[in-house]
Amino acid sequence: MGSHGIKDQVAIIGMGCTPFREHFDKSADDLLVDAVTETWRDAGVTPQDIDAYWLGTAQSGMSGITLAAPLQLDGKPVTRVENYCSSGSEALRQAAYAVACGAYDMAMAVGVEKVKDSGYQGLNAFPIPNDGTARTLTAAAMFSLVAPAYAEKYGVDPDELRRVLAMIAVKNHANGARNPLAQFRREVDVDTVCNAAAVAGQLGIYDCAGVADGAAAAIVVRAEDAHRYTDKPVLIKALSFVAGSGRGLVDPDYDFTHFPECSAAAADAYAQAGITDPRAELALAEVHDCFTPTELVLMEDLGFAERGTAWRDVQKGTFAFDGELPVNPDGGLKAFGHPVGASGLRMHYEVFRQLQGRAEDRQLATTATRSKGLVHNLGGYPGEMVSFVSILGTEPG
Amino acid sequence: MRGIISAAGHVPHHRLRLERITETLGGVPARGTRAVASHDEDATTMAVAAARLALAAARAGDEVGLVAPSVVTFASATPPYLDKTNATAIHAALRLPRDVRAVDAGGAPRSAMGALLSALEGDRATLLTAADVRTGPPGGPDERETGDAGAAILVGSDGDGDVLAEVLGTSSLSEEFLDRYRPEGAAHTIRWEERFGETRYVPLAVEAFATALKDASLAADGVDRLIVTGLHARAVDKAAVKLAAGRDILVDDRTRAIGNSGTPHPLLLLADVLETATPDQTIALVVLADGADVLLLRTTDAISRWQPTPTITGQIAAGDDRLPYARFLTWRGNIVPELPRRPAPARASAPASSRNVDWKFGLTASRDRSTGALHLPPARVSWDGGAVDDMEPVPMADVKATIRTFTVDHLAWSPSPPTVFAVLDFDGGGRYACALTDCDAGRVKIGDRVELVFRKVGEADGVINYFWKARPLPLSSVPTDVDGVMHREG
Repeated sequence: MGSHGIKDQVAIIGMGCTPFREHFDKSADDLLVDAVTETWRDAGVTPQDIDAYWLGTAQSGMSGITLAAPLQLDGKPVTRVENYCSSGSEALRQAAYAVACGAYDMAMAVGVEKVKDSGYQGLNAFPIPNDGTARTLTAAAMFSLVAPAYAEKYGVDPDELRRVLAMIAVKNHANGARNPLAQFRREVDVDTVCNAAAVAGQLGIYDCAGVADGAAAAIVVRAEDAHRYTDKPVLIKALSFVAGSGRGLVDPDYDFTHFPECSAAAADAYAQAGITDPRAELALAEVHDCFTPTELVLMEDLGFAERGTAWRDVQKGTFAFDGELPVNPDGGLKAFGHPVGASGLRMHYEVFRQLQGRAEDRQLATTATRSKGLVHNLGGYPGEMVSFVSILGTEPG
Repeated sequence: MRGIISAAGHVPHHRLRLERITETLGGVPARGTRAVASHDEDATTMAVAAARLALAAARAGDEVGLVAPSVVTFASATPPYLDKTNATAIHAALRLPRDVRAVDAGGAPRSAMGALLSALEGDRATLLTAADVRTGPPGGPDERETGDAGAAILVGSDGDGDVLAEVLGTSSLSEEFLDRYRPEGAAHTIRWEERFGETRYVPLAVEAFATALKDASLAADGVDRLIVTGLHARAVDKAAVKLAAGRDILVDDRTRAIGNSGTPHPLLLLADVLETATPDQTIALVVLADGADVLLLRTTDAISRWQPTPTITGQIAAGDDRLPYARFLTWRGNIVPELPRRPAPARASAPASSRNVDWKFGLTASRDRSTGALHLPPARVSWDGGAVDDMEPVPMADVKATIRTFTVDHLAWSPSPPTVFAVLDFDGGGRYACALTDCDAGRVKIGDRVELVFRKVGEADGVINYFWKARPLPLSSVPTDVDGVMHREG
């Protein structure tokens, strides 16, 4: 018994990502065709080379036919997976394991979401018939519970914490402004974030991830085959996943200042990859900044900062583009946008390109000396969430 | 001895100051306030609120452990459902045994008094509940003269509990004439011109009162407290003057403070009088509705040991009169506002609601027998240790809680945004997160004390979704003994 991982057994040889936008002129089919064909080209493979597909989407389609029909995949196994906002990462996890176990030589993971056809604000879950007693809160409201709890536990002045949270949005907007694929390409300042229209609790509109449509994809092969396709394969060093038990919503000891599912997933991933000091070893981290307090708490859950100290690191710029450990250098969910099922693969796309040295004028300085990157992708709410962590790297061992 | 074992009223948190109406619509300002059911209250939830107070007051002095009715009735001129019994939701919210008969009693104000008289004439312990959500066309008399409230009376004999007031006599006169009426499907009640009703009601009141006194072998001056009520205000005033015959026995009918609540109003006023009554007082209740009904009661020594909390006086004093007229109109459906651009909740599933009736209607959690860990909602597998199917039910509705953290959601779908949502820690253990109601979003604080209330959380496709919310308690509230509550609930 044990979580052994598949360190260095599987490599990503190509990735693609559409711009994340309010794509009122594109359907989910269009986005899938765009992302998948770009990925085929990036890896230099044909559709016939790929043996199996996994599609992550929260609610833009059901079954593998959602992908097979628009791409006219003939006679291929295509599996649709769903794990809240980490559906795209889940697709990659399944594809990588399928290759690692030898079932297939080449597999593709795809994520897509068409959010903006609903006509509603924010993200909405498909209603499952129930007894009417479930919460009907927005995700923003659930995550807004974190900020006051954090301020109280660590004795941070609430107004100061408000500005710290704003600095996270400011950083991610600045990163998005440099990224042509990002949804929001305008920098904002702390006062703008703090004075924005209220959404829930202390959180205003600038504390929330962009709501966008998009798709992204990756092709994986066994590591020993990777050099047939690319000079710069990116190895999968760890894949971990935790589906929470919902205990935080019933256990009075849970205090809303941390996400146990995330620290558990991180611990598993670090063990698989052999990472002991993530802050020093990682060149970058793409984390699930659905709301500004989420990114703050994740810095501690992922071991980038001691408990109760991440807010000071935010003030010091530790996680800025040119900081000690750049976090969300592509703009994150905040500025790149959050098409639910596509986001996990979008995060991998940024780590993949950065580690390959293909980020052009956005190439991070840290990648000159460090060869590993982290993706963290969650779904759900404080107290009741799923969490994914992967480690990618260019050097075996 | 047969009579009344307990009684209570529920007056909603909100008041509309009547001058708010004329500030918007013009006209001569009226004085006073009317009680307003919140957007999440209806006749069923207000009946539940009153019934919980009445049962709690009856059980407070109950050494054996349980004062329990065998019949529950619900009377309302504004029943949330037609062609479906509303009393079963009340029965479920009160966690009464399955063999308690729950029935609705008609759709006219007289039905509450009729049910009370029938229960007093019968031999079963009966919990009578009544509630109305009343209004009328904007600017009209029903809008400013009526109010929203619920009331509950527990009727029984000596073996059922301590009788606070025994029946001395009754009388009823029935007469068919049109005073106020609402055809099926109409939004509001229509009133005939008021002089006509006055000529019918006043003689009915005089005759029925005399008959009841005779039935009780009482002289007219034997009455200590006189309640005269009915929706025809002018007839009520005239009749009250005649029946009081110059004696200072007339009871304030509370209409200046909360309006006339219609169906529950006679029960509410009876509860109100009992709250301040002393032993050996004679109380007359005269109700003018499609005839006249009179009930004569005499209080017993037991009344000095009985006290519902909060009282009707207390609830009236605690009213919040800052409600804007536009919000009142919105809550009653006269204004249909733009709602947040979010999907409306789907209807509650009948099978799921039925499976989970103890949770959804009764707020019954489960407790891991080995570790004591509480589960809200109830679960089969424990979060503390993973024991499977080793749980016992734990009713949580009467346990107070403290706000651990909270948020105000401006985007979530709600009939009256914003939604205030809190994570609660119950006294004695148990964590649950739910919506707050009857609160001021700007004043909620971590550490605030709350109680649980049965409310309408939404409505979709004609399905009314009942569930529990929390509302702030006065600052003086102290933690309850959770085990004490458990024992009392059995």
